[in-house]
Amino acid sequence: MTHEQTPHILSYGKLTLVWLTLLALTALTVWVAHHNVGIGHVWGSLAIACLKSGLVIAFFMHMKYEGRLLRWLLFTALAILAIFIGFTFFDVLYR
Amino acid sequence: MSRHRDDTGAKLGMWLFLFTELFLFGGLFLLYAVYLSRYPREFAAAGREMHVVFGTANTAILITSSMLAATAVSAIQRDERRRVLWSLGGTVLCAAIFLFNKYLEWSAEISHGFYPNSPRLAAGPPGESVFFSLYYLTVGLHGLHVLIGGTLLIWVAVRVRRGVVHSGDYVLLENGALYWHLVDLIWIFIFPLYYLIL
Repeated sequence: MTHEQTPHILSYGKLTLVWLTLLALTALTVWVAHHNVGIGHVWGSLAIACLKSGLVIAFFMHMKYEGRLLRWLLFTALAILAIFIGFTFFDVLYR
Repeated sequence: MSRHRDDTGAKLGMWLFLFTELFLFGGLFLLYAVYLSRYPREFAAAGREMHVVFGTANTAILITSSMLAATAVSAIQRDERRRVLWSLGGTVLCAAIFLFNKYLEWSAEISHGFYPNSPRLAAGPPGESVFFSLYYLTVGLHGLHVLIGGTLLIWVAVRVRRGVVHSGDYVLLENGALYWHLVDLIWIFIFPLYYLIL
C-alpha cells in the first residue's frame, strides 16, 4: 500500500508538557479527595479523570492528528458506552 | 521482497480492538457504579481500607510510562534508534515497578483478611465483599493487561534492535504504544473510583 503523507511527529517538548499536566492533574485530584468537598468531589474526580484521559487520547495516542474515520469511530464507541451506563442508571435509580 | 503493507488498516484494527477493551472495563465500571448506588455506606467503609499512597504512586508511574511510550514513537519517526530503545526500556521498567507495587499492596490487603471469600469479609456486610470482589477482578484484569503490554513492548524493542522495525516501517511500535496507552487510560479511571471518591 502507499504510505500516507508524512506523519505528524509530536515534539519531545510537547510530550513533556502533556506529562507534566497529567501529573499536576493527578496531584489536584488527590488534593480534592483529601479535602473532602462534599458530594461534588465524586463528579469533580470523574471530571478530572475525563480531562486526563482526553489528554492521553489526543496527544499520547495521536488522536488529535488522525483522520475523520478514527475520530468518528472513537466518538461512536464512547457514545455507546455512555448509552450503556445512562440507560442502566435509568433502570437502577427509578425502579 | 515485497509484502503487502497497510499501516492505516493495521492502526484501524488496533483501535477497534481497543474499543472492545474499553467496553470490557466499561462493563466493570458500570457494575461498580450500580453497586455503589446500592451499598454506599459499605463501599465507603471498604474504600477506607485502600492504600491511597500506592494508588497515587502507581498513577504517576503509569503516566510516566505512557509518556515514554509516546516518546518512543516520536523517536522512531525521527530515526533515533537509541532513544527508542531507552524509552521502551523505561516503559517496561515502569511496568515492572507498577506490578511490584501491586504485589506489595495486595500482600498487605490479603494479610489484613481482605480477599474474596475471606472469613473477615464473609462475616461482614455483603456490600463490603462485593466491593473487594470487584476490586480484585478489575485491578487484577488491569494488572494482567500491564503484564501483556510490557511483554508486547519488550518484543517490539527486540525487533527495533534487530532493525525489523525502523523509521520507514514502525506501525508495530505504534500499535504496541497504543495498547500501552489504553492500560494507562483504564488506570486513570480505576484510581479515582477505587482510591479517591469513597
